[in-house]
Amino acid sequence: MSLMTKFLGATAALALTAGAALADPAIIYDLGGKFDKSFNEAAFHGAQKWAKETGGKFREVEIQSEAQREQVLRRLAESGANPVVMTGFAFGDVLNKVAPDFPKTKFAIVDMVVNQPNVESIVFTEEQGSYLVGLMAGMASKSGTVGFIGGMDIPLIHKFECGYAQGVKAANANAKVLVNYTGTTPAAWNDPVKGGELTKGQISQGADVVYAAAGGTGVGVLQAAADAKILSIGVDSNQNYMHPGQVLTSMQKRVDNAVFDAFKAGADLKPGVKVMDLKAGGVAAAMDDNNAKLITPAMKAALEKATAGIEDGSIKVHDYTTDNTCPVQ
Amino acid sequence: MSFESYVSILDSTVRLGTPLLLACLAGLFSERSGVFDIGLEGKMLVAAFLSAAVAYTTGSAWLGLLAGIAGSLVFSAIHGLASITFRGNQLISGVAINMLASGITVLVGQNWFHQGGGTPALSGAARFRDMTLPFANELRDVPFLGPIYAELISGHSVLVYLAFLLVPATWWVLYRTRFGLRLRAVGENPAAVDTAGVSVVALRYAALAIAGVLCGIAGSYLSTALAAGFGREMTAGRGYIALAALIFAKWRPWQALGSTMFFGFLAAVSIRYPTIDLGVLVIPNEFMDNLPYILTVVVLAGFVGKAIPPRAGGEPYVKER
Repeated sequence: MSLMTKFLGATAALALTAGAALADPAIIYDLGGKFDKSFNEAAFHGAQKWAKETGGKFREVEIQSEAQREQVLRRLAESGANPVVMTGFAFGDVLNKVAPDFPKTKFAIVDMVVNQPNVESIVFTEEQGSYLVGLMAGMASKSGTVGFIGGMDIPLIHKFECGYAQGVKAANANAKVLVNYTGTTPAAWNDPVKGGELTKGQISQGADVVYAAAGGTGVGVLQAAADAKILSIGVDSNQNYMHPGQVLTSMQKRVDNAVFDAFKAGADLKPGVKVMDLKAGGVAAAMDDNNAKLITPAMKAALEKATAGIEDGSIKVHDYTTDNTCPVQ
Repeated sequence: MSFESYVSILDSTVRLGTPLLLACLAGLFSERSGVFDIGLEGKMLVAAFLSAAVAYTTGSAWLGLLAGIAGSLVFSAIHGLASITFRGNQLISGVAINMLASGITVLVGQNWFHQGGGTPALSGAARFRDMTLPFANELRDVPFLGPIYAELISGHSVLVYLAFLLVPATWWVLYRTRFGLRLRAVGENPAAVDTAGVSVVALRYAALAIAGVLCGIAGSYLSTALAAGFGREMTAGRGYIALAALIFAKWRPWQALGSTMFFGFLAAVSIRYPTIDLGVLVIPNEFMDNLPYILTVVVLAGFVGKAIPPRAGGEPYVKER
């Protein structure tokens, strides 16, 4: 087996070096997989958009296990890729270790702050976007019970949950928010069957809008919700198209824009923390033809009001990660 | 906890236990004939992939089911060829089948659909939809029995009912037919069966074919009923849990129903309640996930009665030297 891994590693390294013109940007997808229809797929779309607009080439690697993180990151940096973008907080520790070894290479990491002179940390204000979709969920729910299904049980996803709960309560102070997490390991990002079972569990407890913040697991959540003819809310990518008329909206996290910007900046990528908030268009509640019929005028008005409120600071949405508590349950 | 949540957990148990039950019955036929079948996992995986791929292309879940069964049968035939005809080691052949399935599904899937080894999401007639049994909605409000009938018994995919019907069918075939008698005999003492003029090779191939069909249904259920589409490694160890359930059931059909539903129940509980707080100690999720394996070791160690596998299991039959 280990011999096999070595061979595979060697072939991968060959393939990487052979195809590499200097300073092509590169992207590494996390365990959810490139085609998770959510977080990683958004990153892929950003990279694709860059390739289309500039005619440039980029390299991409989809890791298959935890052990590959450092290996892949080093290999890309060694082969001259610049900048190297990675999606997912889980790369944080590894990048902290690897970045100082390649001072001339620029790195960008999504969803995590890494304090190194050659790293750009891109973070989103997920609580604001989640607040908006929570508001819509609270207004759309007839039973007064809504659900939240998180992927891996980590502070970042609690940030989604907390923002969502605050939005739901803003629409309906008596509403009940059911919360489930898929798991405690990165496998929780890609377990649609478990996501579907959790959704069915929440439906049996009366939930009629379910928000999935769970990467590839969300596919199962949206499917189970559509099967039971209740509403669901997608995450990261615009997932409204997956079950037209059944997905209330999607909490879009513009990972695609972040990756596009990083690729565009190339070797001139500016290190530091980049906050993509509601104002900067980093997060949004997705609106398109697929969910147009579900959005009432009252919902639209409330949404516009909340957006304006968050932007001018009159509505403060609590960020779970600042103190690891949530003011509403 | 309310009554509804009990019903909902049992409902989930049935859904999660069904693929285990089908795979366990597949293992039962195969192992009772004296062929150990580690390859249940691989056969299910191949069936899940082919079912989803064909169902997506044709838009018919039934054609998907047939394709899944066909794929699983091919893998069964490979296992038979290696371990019956060529008298190879059954365990190694089974492991090889699992590895082959794990690789080939992703490779072919990527080539066909370009979605990271998965198939696109299935919808409409490409999936087995949940059936509502007669009067389910009318009886829903009857206290106690109403929810049990409407939620627990009604509202499953047709494959679930098929799986449950296969339990008495398996019992009947094994214990009440001539074929079943010979099948059991060939797993205990193939030489005796051979002396009686019955072909050991044919019986074992027949058992593997039945196992192939059952694994095919199990895989098809996973990708076209439980989930909506195939994903990389979607069987996620269910084949091994089914083997554990088979040992737990001591190679008997009714007990197989009990053990697979018990393991399904464990899965349902661990999904709903990631950590169980008993006051004095907290049971983590991982413990629940591993409980089937732990229990199997306990049973094999002889703490709960004795689990005696078919005597000729694992040994290729050599007619003459």
